[in-house]
Amino acid sequence: MLELQNLTKVYPNGVHALEAFSLTVREGEIVAVIGGSGCGKSTLLRLIAGLEQPSRGRAVLDGATLTQPHPLVNIIFQEPRLLPWLTVAGNVGFGLADLAANDRALRVEEALLRVGLAGYGGRWVKELSGGQAQRVAIARALVTRPEVLLLDEPFSALDALTRADLQDHLADLWAESGTTMILVTHDIEEAAVLADRIVVMRPWPGRKLEEIEIALKRPRERTAPEVEALKRQLVAALNRSLDRSPGRSPGRSTDRSPVRAPENALGSEPVRVPFVP
Amino acid sequence: MGFLDLAGAAAPAAATKTCRPRPFGVQRIAAAFVLPIAALVLWELLVRTGLATGRLMPPPSRIAVTLYDLAATGELVRHIAVTLWRVVVGFVAGAAAGTIAGALTGYSPRLSRFADPTLQALRAIPSIAWVPLFILWFGIFETSKVALIAVGVFFPVYLGVSGAVASVDRKIVEVGRVFRLSGPALVRRILLPAVLPSYVVALRSGLGLGWMFVVAAEFMGASEGLGYLLVDGQQLGKPDQILAAILTFAAVGKLTDTLLVLGTAPLLRWQDTYGRDA
Ligand SMILES: Nc1ncnc2c1ncn2[C@@H]1O[C@H](COP(=O)(O)OP(=O)(O)OP(=O)(O)O)[C@@H](O)[C@H]1O
Ligand SMILES: [Mg+2]
Repeated sequence: MLELQNLTKVYPNGVHALEAFSLTVREGEIVAVIGGSGCGKSTLLRLIAGLEQPSRGRAVLDGATLTQPHPLVNIIFQEPRLLPWLTVAGNVGFGLADLAANDRALRVEEALLRVGLAGYGGRWVKELSGGQAQRVAIARALVTRPEVLLLDEPFSALDALTRADLQDHLADLWAESGTTMILVTHDIEEAAVLADRIVVMRPWPGRKLEEIEIALKRPRERTAPEVEALKRQLVAALNRSLDRSPGRSPGRSTDRSPVRAPENALGSEPVRVPFVP
Repeated sequence: MGFLDLAGAAAPAAATKTCRPRPFGVQRIAAAFVLPIAALVLWELLVRTGLATGRLMPPPSRIAVTLYDLAATGELVRHIAVTLWRVVVGFVAGAAAGTIAGALTGYSPRLSRFADPTLQALRAIPSIAWVPLFILWFGIFETSKVALIAVGVFFPVYLGVSGAVASVDRKIVEVGRVFRLSGPALVRRILLPAVLPSYVVALRSGLGLGWMFVVAAEFMGASEGLGYLLVDGQQLGKPDQILAAILTFAAVGKLTDTLLVLGTAPLLRWQDTYGRDA
């Protein structure tokens, strides 16, 4: 169980990035965190990952306070952050240096298989597409079998099709491993399809605005009426978080708006794309 | 896994091989020789046609004869071996010290605040100025020569490594932190591999300086070595011997540089850069 108790972060430059954020994440739960740009979502994950120290409050995993990176907590960043001097296999096995070489090779092969990149182990990072690189990053995080996986907009740099693929894939991986996940996203559909619970944040300073429990089973069809209803609910919550009038369509705004227009909001084609590696 | 974490660097992939120009293609070697051979031929012609006198500037044929004579007695090989040995020992010592000092100061800003100003001040001393002191300390023989070369190699390597380590992308360092690497492991598995391309450049300039300093070292009193051939040629008025030694420097120096590039090339195949290879 992961407990966040009044997590607060004030950066040295005075920016109040996060204020008294409390949340209890059950084991095996997927919590999505959505909110406008700059409302402290990345800060939240970096605090849990032990990459930043909280100014007040603490994060507790199974009774232990997280002050530095924890062996059972891993994070997937917005960009793959692969090490270009290692092959794909070298990157995936990066966290397994303690294992004997052949055990490591086995685990790496298995992880690559799970992200649909079997046989890619010998490639250089420069020989991967963006989506493949992000999948390698996912494999690198999963191979150490973390108890808690933090995902900071992991699919935001990808095109819609690849993104949908990887979301489905993440759901499959979750079904196999039962890893606890905290998923920061700009994409309300991603939150609606994957999460057990959604936390909506508001900025200045970053804090929790509301929590939405989701009772739907996974895997979820993106076009299912319940999912569509959930997406509308999320759009409304996001608008509240930004003090916007509900009449304005959030999907229209051009800049990096907090709300991504649901791609099939008006009930067109079904979206669940078969996963092709 | 070797000292540096370059797992699988030797493994992949036939694909990379085929699309790259091979560094030792015949055409490429031929291209490298066009300029020096043209210069030699022109020089020879100028002397043969009487447009230039060959007394202080002996033609290539005379230098070739000198080189041949030196080689026939085995002297040339001995001089080359002695000089090469000094350069290699000095280079290894200086590069190792420069790498360690650079990695430490690059890794720890606090250490850098203490050590870097001093090292920069030492760097500002023209290295030849150490010669009298080194002779007093280490005597006239090998140690003082090797020490001088090591000092010459140290600074470019130190500067290169320290600057490169300090500017490694924070994002990649965070990956190391997430996997809870200890300080030394972070240096070995993230920082040094990340700076490897600039490290090779630093080593090459270090090696170049090593060759520069071996001449200075051999000028200060040596009974063998290519630098000794230079001094000897001057004292006995043998410009052909001087030029023979100079050409040998060019050839051996270039050869060591090429070996360094070839030796490190397998470690750099991952690079995704615009430049030409090697
Ligand atoms: N290292 C830092 N030093 C100072 N201020 C920072 C630092 N990192 C983030 N901030 C500030 O803290 C606030 C929250 O940043 P954070 O990166 O957590 O936002 P975010 O919710 O992840 O935004 P986005 O959705 O754009 O990624 C922002 O105002 C940002 O400018
Ligand atoms: Mg962010």
